[in-house]
Amino acid sequence: METIFVSLGAGLLQAFEPLNLFMIFAGCLAGLFVGCMPGLGSVNGVAILLPVTFLVPPTTAIIFLAALYYGAMYGGAISSITLGIPGASTAVATVFDGRPMAQQGKADKALMAAAIASFIGGTVSIILFTLFAPPLAAFALKFGPQEEFALMLLAFATFIGLGGDDIPKTIFSILLGLVLAAVGFDIISGRPRLIFFDMVEFQRGIGFLVLAIGVYGIGEMLWTLETTKGTVKMHRVNLGWARMKENFGEVKQYINSTWLGSVLGFFVGTLPAAGATPAALMSYGLSKTFSKDPDSFGKGNISGVAAPEAANNAASTGSMLPMITLGIPGSPTTAILLGGMIIWGLRPGPLLFTESPDFVWGLIGSMYVANLVTVLLNLALIPVFIRVLAMPFTMLTPIIFVLCVLGVFATTDRMFDTWLMLIIGLLAYMLRKLNYPVAPAVLAIVLGPLAERSLRQSLISSRGDVMTFIERPISLVCILFAVALISYPLISKFMKKKRAGETSVDPAA
Amino acid sequence: MTVRTAELIMAIAMLLLSLGLMLNVYSDGLRIGWVDGRGPGAGMWPFWLSLGMALASLATLIRWFTGATPESRNLDPYIAPETLFLVGVSAASILVLLILMNLIGTYLSLVLFMFFYVRILGKHTWFTTIAMMIGTPVFVYLLFEVALTKYLPKGLPFFEEIFLVIDNLRYEYFY
Repeated sequence: METIFVSLGAGLLQAFEPLNLFMIFAGCLAGLFVGCMPGLGSVNGVAILLPVTFLVPPTTAIIFLAALYYGAMYGGAISSITLGIPGASTAVATVFDGRPMAQQGKADKALMAAAIASFIGGTVSIILFTLFAPPLAAFALKFGPQEEFALMLLAFATFIGLGGDDIPKTIFSILLGLVLAAVGFDIISGRPRLIFFDMVEFQRGIGFLVLAIGVYGIGEMLWTLETTKGTVKMHRVNLGWARMKENFGEVKQYINSTWLGSVLGFFVGTLPAAGATPAALMSYGLSKTFSKDPDSFGKGNISGVAAPEAANNAASTGSMLPMITLGIPGSPTTAILLGGMIIWGLRPGPLLFTESPDFVWGLIGSMYVANLVTVLLNLALIPVFIRVLAMPFTMLTPIIFVLCVLGVFATTDRMFDTWLMLIIGLLAYMLRKLNYPVAPAVLAIVLGPLAERSLRQSLISSRGDVMTFIERPISLVCILFAVALISYPLISKFMKKKRAGETSVDPAA
Repeated sequence: MTVRTAELIMAIAMLLLSLGLMLNVYSDGLRIGWVDGRGPGAGMWPFWLSLGMALASLATLIRWFTGATPESRNLDPYIAPETLFLVGVSAASILVLLILMNLIGTYLSLVLFMFFYVRILGKHTWFTTIAMMIGTPVFVYLLFEVALTKYLPKGLPFFEEIFLVIDNLRYEYFY
C-alpha cells in the first residue's frame, strides 16, 4: 500500500513536468474538441493523432492521448445538450434528459451537471484504478502463454456475449481482424504468409495504424458526412458567474446517481466489449429505477444527465485497467493506445509495471491532473465550444482527411499504406452500413499477433496437447467464462422462444 | 440497390474473400496442422480462422434467406442518392489527392484539395478558402517535415526541385 503512494507521488511529479503538463492541457483541449464534434469521438481523435505523438517521448505521448480520451468524454455532453445530437456515441444517454433541459432553457444547469458528474466519475474511477492496478498486475505476472491466450479468448467472447450486435457478423469481424494481423512474415517459422497478389508491400504486414485510421478516420468521416447532413437547431446557453455559483448548490440533487454511475461505469468499462456507451446507458437506466420520481426522466431530470456522464468518464478510466495490467484493451480507444505502445517499443502486459514504472505511474499521475484540468477547461470554455459546434463540417472534414493520409504516411513512409487505408476505410464504411461491428476487428488486429504467438507457444510447450488450456486453473476459469459468454446469446434466445411458446400454448389450453 | 440486396452481395463477397484467404494459405504450401518436432504450422492460424470467417458468412447468408437479420427485410436504398454524392465525392477526392501526391507532390496537391473541398464543395468565402489553402500546407510542412523530420512525397523530379530549394533554405538558415 505504501509503495502505491510513493509511486503515485512520483507519477504526479512527472505529470507536473512542464512538457507533460502542457501536453495534458493540449490533450484535454483536443479531447473536448473531438468529443463535442458530432461524429467524432475519443477513438477517432486518438487514431488520427497517434502518428503526431511520435514527436514526444512515449510517456508524454500516452499522457497526451489519455488526456484526449478523457476530454472527449466531457466534450460529448456539450453537443448532446445544446444540439440534441450526441457528440460521441458515449454521450447518447446524455441526450435523453439533456435535450429536454435545454429546451426548457436550463442548458447551463445541464452542462454544469455534466461537467461535475464527469469530474466525480473520473476521480472515483482513477482512485479505484490506482488501488486495483498494482495487485492485478502482480497477479498477472504468473500468467504463461496459456493464460494469455485464454484471456484474449475471453476478451473476444465479450463481444459475442455482450456486444449486442448480430452474432455471425461479430464473429466475422473478429476473425477478419485476426487473419489480417497474420499478413506478412510469420514470427515463428519466418515464412511469408498471405502475400496478396504477390505484392512485396504485404511482406511487412498490414500495420494496425493503417487499419485503425482507415476505419476510424476515413470510414467514420464518411459515416459522419451521411448522418449529420442538414441543419440543426442550437439552444442558447446563459452562463455567468452568478448562474455557476447557483448551479453548484444543486449538486446534491444528483449526487446519488453520480456515485452510482461512477462505480458502475468503472467496472463495466473494464470489459472489452462493453465500454463507455453501454456503461452510460446502464447507469441511466439504473438511476431511473432507483429514483423517487422515475416519470420525470426523459423530461429534463438533472440526474438523467449526471448519471450517464459520470459513467462514461469512469468507464474510460476503467478500460485502461486491463490494458495496463493485462495487455488486453478494454475499449477500441485503448486498443489503439495499446497498438501505440507496441510502436513505442513497450511491451504491454503485466511486466509493464516492473519494466517501465515511469511510464505506468506517469500515466496514472497524469490522469488525476487531467481530470482536474478538463473540468476547469470545460467550464471555462463552454461558450467557445458552443461557437465551435457552429463550425461547418466542410472545413473540418478536409483537415481530418489530410491528417489521416499524412499520419499513415508518416508512420510507415510508404504511399502503399495510404492506398490501403483508403480501401480499408471504404470497406469499413460499407460493412458498417450493413451492421457489421468494426470495433472487434480493430481490437483483433492489435491482439492478433500476440494471440497467435501465445497459442502456438502453449501448443509447442504441451507438444500439441490442447488440454493444456484446461489443465491450468486460471486459464480454465477464463475459458469457462468465455464459453459461457459465447453461449449466452444462444441460451437467452432459446429461453425467450420457450417462454413465448408457453404463453402461446396457455390460452389454447 | 436496396439494403437487402447489399447484404446478400456483401455476404457472398465476404464468403469468397474467406475462401480466397484459405486458398492463398493452401497454395503457398503452408502447413495448416501439426508439424512433427516443430509445433503448429505457419498456416494454421490464418487457415482455420479463414474457415471460421467462411462459416460466419454462410451463417449470415442463411439468416438472409430466412429473413432473420433486420437488413434482409430492409428495402430502403443502401446508400441514399444524396449521400452517395457526398460520400462518393469525398472518397474520390482522397483518391485524387493520393494520385496527385505522387505526381505534383504533397503540398501542391493539398492546395488543390483544399480549394476543391472548401470552395467548391463547402461553398465558403474566398477569404476562408485562401486561408485554408495556404494554412494547411504550411502547417503540414512545419509539423511533418520540420518537427517529425519526415520526407513527404514531393512528386516528379520537376516538382521535387522546387521543394529542395525550400529545404535548402531551411537547412542553411536554421541549422
